[in-house]
Amino acid sequence: MIFLDNLINGLSLGSIYAIIALGYTMVYGIARMLNFAHGDVIMVGAYIAFCGLQYWGLPPVLAFVVAMLFCTCLGITIEGLAYRPLRQATSLAVLITAIGMSYLLQNIALMIWGANPKSFPTTFINGSSIRLGQLNISTAAIITILANVVIMVGLTLFTSRTKLGKAMRCVSEDRGAAELMGINVNRTISLTFAIGSALAAIAGILLCSSYPILQPTTGSMPGIKAFTAAVFGGIGSIPGAMLGGILLGVIEIFGKAYISTELGDAIVFAVLIIVLLVKPAGLLGKPMREKV
Amino acid sequence: MTKAKRKRLIYNLVTFGLVIGAFIILENMIAAKAISRSLKGQLVPICAWIIMAVSLNLVIGFSGELSLGHAGFMSIGAYTGAVVSGWLVAAFDMQDPILRLVLTILAGGILAGIFGVLIGIPVLRLRGDYLAIVTLAFGEIIRNLVNVLYIGTADGNLHFAFLNKEMPANVTMLVDGAKGAVKIKPISTFEVGFVLILITLLVVLNLVNSRAGRAIQATRDNRIAAESMGVSVTKYKMMAFVTAAVLAGMAGALYGLNSSTVVPTQFTFNQSINVLVFVVLGGLGNVLGSIISATFLTVLPEVLREFADYRMLVYAVVLILVMIFTNNPTTRAIADRLFAPVKKLFHKDRRETAGGGDVK
Amino acid sequence: MTQKKKHRSDTKMVPVPSHSIVPERDVNEIPVMETRHLGIEFGGLKAVDDFNLTIGKTEIAGLIGPNGAGKTTVFNLLTKVYEPTSGAVLVNGQDLHGMSIVQASRLGIARTFQNIRLFDKMTVEENVRIGLHNQIKYDMFTGILRLPRYWKQEKHQHKRAMELLDIFGMQDLADETAGSLPYGAQRRLEIVRALATDPKLLLLDEPAAGMNPHETEELMENIAKIRDQFQIAILLIEHDMSLVMGVCEGICVLNFGKIIAKGTADEIQANPAVIEAYLGKKKEG
Repeated sequence: MIFLDNLINGLSLGSIYAIIALGYTMVYGIARMLNFAHGDVIMVGAYIAFCGLQYWGLPPVLAFVVAMLFCTCLGITIEGLAYRPLRQATSLAVLITAIGMSYLLQNIALMIWGANPKSFPTTFINGSSIRLGQLNISTAAIITILANVVIMVGLTLFTSRTKLGKAMRCVSEDRGAAELMGINVNRTISLTFAIGSALAAIAGILLCSSYPILQPTTGSMPGIKAFTAAVFGGIGSIPGAMLGGILLGVIEIFGKAYISTELGDAIVFAVLIIVLLVKPAGLLGKPMREKV
Repeated sequence: MTKAKRKRLIYNLVTFGLVIGAFIILENMIAAKAISRSLKGQLVPICAWIIMAVSLNLVIGFSGELSLGHAGFMSIGAYTGAVVSGWLVAAFDMQDPILRLVLTILAGGILAGIFGVLIGIPVLRLRGDYLAIVTLAFGEIIRNLVNVLYIGTADGNLHFAFLNKEMPANVTMLVDGAKGAVKIKPISTFEVGFVLILITLLVVLNLVNSRAGRAIQATRDNRIAAESMGVSVTKYKMMAFVTAAVLAGMAGALYGLNSSTVVPTQFTFNQSINVLVFVVLGGLGNVLGSIISATFLTVLPEVLREFADYRMLVYAVVLILVMIFTNNPTTRAIADRLFAPVKKLFHKDRRETAGGGDVK
Repeated sequence: MTQKKKHRSDTKMVPVPSHSIVPERDVNEIPVMETRHLGIEFGGLKAVDDFNLTIGKTEIAGLIGPNGAGKTTVFNLLTKVYEPTSGAVLVNGQDLHGMSIVQASRLGIARTFQNIRLFDKMTVEENVRIGLHNQIKYDMFTGILRLPRYWKQEKHQHKRAMELLDIFGMQDLADETAGSLPYGAQRRLEIVRALATDPKLLLLDEPAAGMNPHETEELMENIAKIRDQFQIAILLIEHDMSLVMGVCEGICVLNFGKIIAKGTADEIQANPAVIEAYLGKKKEG
């Protein structure tokens, strides 16, 4: 029973990682950049939802939509202001800019909401749980896992069926050629940031529903882990991010439960290193061959 | 002497000259008590961060690999420093602080170097962003492990424990898990820090201008061409990585023994990022730039203490703006045009001296 | 699989030049390079198949063929950038099986690249010095501590680099950054850098690409000069037929990964298979 409990917790945490990792992986696939500020967009999303519920008195669904819209705009703004001028710059310059953006978001949050942790309301996804025999499954876990499945299916359909989705795949495959084919690269990249940031808002709300402590640094550690998950599954690959996220969550929960609570993170990172040594492009990533 | 050689000589002289000059001025200011208390307290950390930045520049600027776990090596050095220093007192009753400091710094460097080899073997098999993420992972693992490490002395012997704190009754704790390294006697001095900077500069600048250093740079510029010339890429990437780890370990020992406690949260991923920012703002492969940016960015927050609430915000904005302005083609062109008259002057000047010199 | 193993065991014998392009040349010596049934597959596609070529000690040979014929792939097989899926490469009678790029280089194979691969941020002289890397012996600590050995070796290295640059009259450019050189000079620097490794076999991948006729002619003379001066074998890939026909003693024509003709310039020019490969099949009637 404890095993099943842990498994469900792991799947739930893993689903959150997966949703965040999707944002990382899509942005990496298309803009070839590590968007370190992504974790902080999660935090912003959670704060907006928090404000919606606590201060503005919005119904949960509306708060959820507002948070998503806000993060979508935030993502597009960040991309347009900070990353677009650096399209031709070295990846290191873009990385440092993304780090600066991460600091900026954290510090703005710090100024607006203060350093004291806020307790995320459980009214959003109520704290009840479902009993299945001896098993207690929290509603939050179920919703998280379901959300993950829906997003996964939705994104797969989007990238394979729609024109915009196909454009995204084109740009990630070869930006120059996509441009020659008449695809608006800048708009496609903006769209990617928009989708990734909307997902980040969802992830933020789900994260804080399961772990209800909200502070300006809430997003950083899950962000780093989700990034690890994206690399784990093969960065640039959407199913890879899914798989990587879920595996990472399960490994973390099991590691904490059966090996050591304090070493949970170390175990996660150690598994990542081992996977990369065996499969240098991640679980589902395509190995790159350099043309000589 | 060729033009390139002379340019390099001037660069090295300026680098050493600035460091030595700054040291002499600061020493005089300390003697004359013309230095604020807070700045004086910052001197040793500045030395440590300079060493961190210069050593990371060896990895990023010269061997071309992005490492995001440099603070991990620093924490190994800091913890080793605290333990070795405490143990030297407990076991050998060594009171001379300078000798103890030198020995602990050496120990910190060696242990960090050993970890550098162990981590480098898997890490350097990967490339690009994957390598970066694995160094990040190692940095986090080190921090996690240190969090559950317990070391104490009893009757002059060291006792180690991992995960659970099982220690003899009469133990004096040196490292106490999440509380970090405790009850350190601060023995770091600015003078030792200064000497350590000189050693770092000597190692890095001389290495870069030698056979091994050229091989390191060749692996950065073109991996396959370097291999085709018979340069073993792994060997030289490893050399740069481990040398940087040793220097970071030394800097860590210096930094750790500057205060009475060292806690694991001092060496997070964010700290690695800070050092990375020093390196990038100072310029890749530019040692002097690393020194200046490390100094400036360490002192700046102290100076801006009254604006404590806004300083990180300002820092973030400035960081983003600097990156955009120095890397965007349009802004760069504008900057080039603005500085063109100055540059022209400089160029003309240089050509004249070159004409007078021994070019062949 | 068993066939491959069997083949591997007989490569231990002293090889006899069996497929030399120009049989009368260097016939009694062990060839500098010999390939036996060399081939590589990329996902089922045979990029190079049953490639047999022998190059004598001071021979200049050409490898030609239409675009996509697999010429550069052959170079990558010879220099161990790729591990062949069948057959073997022997350098001075030694099998390269399982060796790395670095080990192949140490056995005396040097190359230039079709898409220039210089060390862009380093100076011209430093580029050449990387070529000299394995001839200069002092360790890391000698370099850091600047022991007398460092100064002696550096001085020697500088002198040697300048001598090598003098082949193409590039001494004046020694302090320029390699990436800032004009295209032709970059190609020449690649040759100098490759020569610096003291090779026995020099592989040139389209050395005349992007050069004007005058430069090409100069290059042709220099290739012959290099062979005579250094007493090495040269294998070159080139699309400029005047250069190939003018300087190569033996020519090997590749199409769709297979050798379709070998011989002297005259023989190749008259070979119907070659004409067909380049111009397409002549329509009857």
